[in-house]
Amino acid sequence: MNKIAAIFWKDIITEIRSKEIFPIMLIFGILILLIFNFAFEFRSEITPNAISAMLWITFIFAGLLSLSRSFALEKENDALLSLVITPADKTYIYIGKLLSNFVLVFLMELIIIPVFILFFNLDFSSNLLSVLGVVALGTFGFIAIGTFFSSMALNTKMKELMLPVLTFPIIIPVIITSVKICSSILDGKDFSQYKSSLQVLVTFDIIFAVACAVLFEYLIEDS
Amino acid sequence: MKNILFILTFIAMLCATYTSLVYAPTEVVMGHIQRIFYFHMGTVWAATIAFIVVFVASIMYLVKEKRKWDIIAYSAAEIGVLFITLTIITGSIWAKPVWGTWWTWDPQLTTTFILWVLYVVYLLLRSGAGKGERAAKYSSIFAIIAFIDLPLVYISARLKRGISPVVFGPGGGGIAPEMLYTLLVSLVAFTLLFIILLKQRIKIIKMRDTLESLKYSGEK
Repeated sequence: MNKIAAIFWKDIITEIRSKEIFPIMLIFGILILLIFNFAFEFRSEITPNAISAMLWITFIFAGLLSLSRSFALEKENDALLSLVITPADKTYIYIGKLLSNFVLVFLMELIIIPVFILFFNLDFSSNLLSVLGVVALGTFGFIAIGTFFSSMALNTKMKELMLPVLTFPIIIPVIITSVKICSSILDGKDFSQYKSSLQVLVTFDIIFAVACAVLFEYLIEDS
Repeated sequence: MKNILFILTFIAMLCATYTSLVYAPTEVVMGHIQRIFYFHMGTVWAATIAFIVVFVASIMYLVKEKRKWDIIAYSAAEIGVLFITLTIITGSIWAKPVWGTWWTWDPQLTTTFILWVLYVVYLLLRSGAGKGERAAKYSSIFAIIAFIDLPLVYISARLKRGISPVVFGPGGGGIAPEMLYTLLVSLVAFTLLFIILLKQRIKIIKMRDTLESLKYSGEK
């Protein structure tokens, strides 16, 4: 547990000191919102479906920026090697990285959502908390897969370019379910109507996190 | 003896062509277009076997780390992509007159599409990960995750009722015995075709390996 916390804090402190990834990710997210605004030119009310689709597209594209840097950072000065030779289970490295990536991306989302509400004149006040909860669950599944492939993509010829291609097809179930639940919530539907989808989403999160944690050992061995 | 498999496959494919085009009765509602269904089922069947082979061979590779398993996984993945592409094409040709559209985002079609994307990415990863053990290891890992991912895609896409034909089991309205025989012949033919392609592909990769090692020993 201490080892996971150590890796987690190391990443957070590095980010606080260097301020390298977070601002870029945030600005990129806001720029995507801007493009949506001009692309759609909403005159009347936006449907809940469109809202949650836009939110998730923004989250994933901006989140990928952070993921692609996550292991690239370790590659500089061969820090990954020292990480691998520490007397800790390799799964801890994955979990630590997963948590730090999750916190960074979720913070970005916490800032993007109000900006989004502001840009598009929406009213989330009644269901903001449930939306945040779903966003957290969906982001967890996305980051679990993304962190895993981040370390894989880094060792391929294409480097970070490979990351979205590897990540997107795999995270599709998480995204479909998250978008669906978000639009149900924004549509003002009752909890009982999306309860089963929520259970499915949690199951996906668990499956992805466990599968990646188990396979991570094979992934990191020789890199 | 060596050619027996070739001859068997050839005969089976001829039989499948004959039964599906001539022997099978014409479907009352859909007409002749329904005949493509036998080849559609054949390709999807072969693709399914291929992807199961990829999955099993990938696990075996991670456990045993023998080049043999990697070659099997790679060959099966290539053939699987070929067959799943044919499945999508024949399905579209069938769907246009019957459903009135080339494509629809029904759960089965969505899953098939993602399946196609996943294994194309698998092949991309293979060529992008360089040579040797690393490429083999990475693609095995990706293949395992992709295989786990597929049922999840299906579950998440199952928001509305599917419209792909359900032939067997509850909901399938029964099928004429001639049609069933035709379908079985086609499945056998495509299974044989898959085996023969897999064997050939494995042989080619092994030859290439031998060539590489010869080149290497020549340079030394």
